[in-house]
Amino acid sequence: MEQMYNVSSNPHVRDKMTTSRIMQLVVIALLPTTLFGIWNFGFRALLVVLVTVASSVFFEWLYNRLMHKKNTINDFSAVVTGLLLALNMPPQIPLWMPVLGSAFAIIVVKQLFGGLGQNFMNPALAARCFLMISFAGKMTNFAVDKLNGYHCIDTVTGATALAELKNSGFTADSIPVKNLFIGNIHGTIGETSAIAILIGAVILLAFKVIDFKVPLTYIGSFTVFVILYMLGSGMGFDGNYLLSHLFGGGLMLGAWFMATDYVTTPITPKGQLVYGCCLGIVTAVFRLFGGSAEGVSYAIIFCNLLVPIIEKATKPAAFGKGGKKA
Amino acid sequence: MKANTPAERLVNGIIKENPTFVLVLGMCPTLAVTTSAINGIGMGLTTTVVLAMSNLMISLLRKFIPDGVRMPAFIVVVASFVTIVQMLLQGFIPSLYSALGIYIPLIVVNCIILGRAEAYASKNPPIPSLFDGIGMGLGFTLSITCIGAVRELLGAGQIFGQQILPLAADGKMGYEPITIFILAPGAFFVLAMLAALQNKFKVGAAKRGIDPSEGCGCCSGCDSCNNTMCKGGKQA
Repeated sequence: MEQMYNVSSNPHVRDKMTTSRIMQLVVIALLPTTLFGIWNFGFRALLVVLVTVASSVFFEWLYNRLMHKKNTINDFSAVVTGLLLALNMPPQIPLWMPVLGSAFAIIVVKQLFGGLGQNFMNPALAARCFLMISFAGKMTNFAVDKLNGYHCIDTVTGATALAELKNSGFTADSIPVKNLFIGNIHGTIGETSAIAILIGAVILLAFKVIDFKVPLTYIGSFTVFVILYMLGSGMGFDGNYLLSHLFGGGLMLGAWFMATDYVTTPITPKGQLVYGCCLGIVTAVFRLFGGSAEGVSYAIIFCNLLVPIIEKATKPAAFGKGGKKA
Repeated sequence: MKANTPAERLVNGIIKENPTFVLVLGMCPTLAVTTSAINGIGMGLTTTVVLAMSNLMISLLRKFIPDGVRMPAFIVVVASFVTIVQMLLQGFIPSLYSALGIYIPLIVVNCIILGRAEAYASKNPPIPSLFDGIGMGLGFTLSITCIGAVRELLGAGQIFGQQILPLAADGKMGYEPITIFILAPGAFFVLAMLAALQNKFKVGAAKRGIDPSEGCGCCSGCDSCNNTMCKGGKQA
């Protein structure tokens, strides 16, 4: 009875899905990838993950404390940022670098612009690019003592799959696509295993945390562009080359977990399609014509900046406006 | 302090209306050449010379310059001085000349110089105008040298080319330079950081209420402030 007399302003119907619940689901969806990374790279990767997540949460707490703001660490967004940043780190990184990255992600990119929901680009990726530019050597040093699994080779100091692909195309010596898909190769902690990322993506899709639009248009437009490039450059269609581009590097992690970040993605459905296409094309241009072999991070933060323009261009007409005049 | 005296003009330029942190003018050289402290000093002093001389000249000519063509007239005066300074630099300090590159001729369109010509020198007598130019120039020099020093320290572990922080090498512990600070994004980070810091001190000083009628450079003082929140709070 009491509830019937409860007078309040709208909204009256609330979903059970809260910010912290969404963030918890993202953490759960990232678990397969994280666990695979730890299995693949060993204890050191676990250390990097723990340090990065802990420092992200710490900086969120610290900023709120210093600025006399409400403590927001309970919404788990700092955990997600930290985890995504950790998955973007090479396993042998000196531990203070991810701590610096967390500070940059949380304080500069997220909190200075107003906290969760106000950041204009993905904090984890911005921090990765910050570290990439600052410490290019350490951030691209994927050498590890040993890898688990059967692709255990002692030449792991060599180029990554993408760098090799860029230099010489797909040859008999290249890492087999099967390994790229399963992930027992070197790279950053979270990007190597396409299958683990896809399991996480299925979890996100099942709980409707994300939808198909951005990832599929992203991967789709990227695929189309690479095919056009293969045909245009006289290489001819090469399935292995295409699949190596899809499963090697950070495309899968980026497409399913980074490009789908709510804050930095257009809210209009049409805009999401445009955004996905932009991402695919920019990534392909960076990878195929750019100086470095990988381009997913830069592509995503670049397209984050286009989001306000995309939203403006794809704004639907308000109810009652537009249409034919009677 | 009495207005329009040489000393007041110097303090005004260096602190109260600091061109970089308070007026936020001249951002192009501020962001572009501050990769090291020495570049900052070089750029700042070059600008100071041009600023002081052009302020003096424009002030002397202020009664002869017709209002309708004042901008072209200012530009001609400024460009003449820039050309002189550029040739002197090229002849006597070639290393600085090549470090500053395109930003020396760009002093012609530096908005601090045109701004001071328009806002001050064209309306005031020559002596205060000269000191206004020197004050603004020194304020600019100080700010961009600070920015340059911070960027150099974080980005290379050096200040004025001297290694302050020993670098990590061959497994030895040491400073790992954060290269981004001597690249373009670092300029924005450091500028924002320093502007925020000096605002913090200034707002703190203003809140302690030294003189509510005078203001602190960021506004014209609490008495003329329309914000009922802070004025009311102070009076209550």
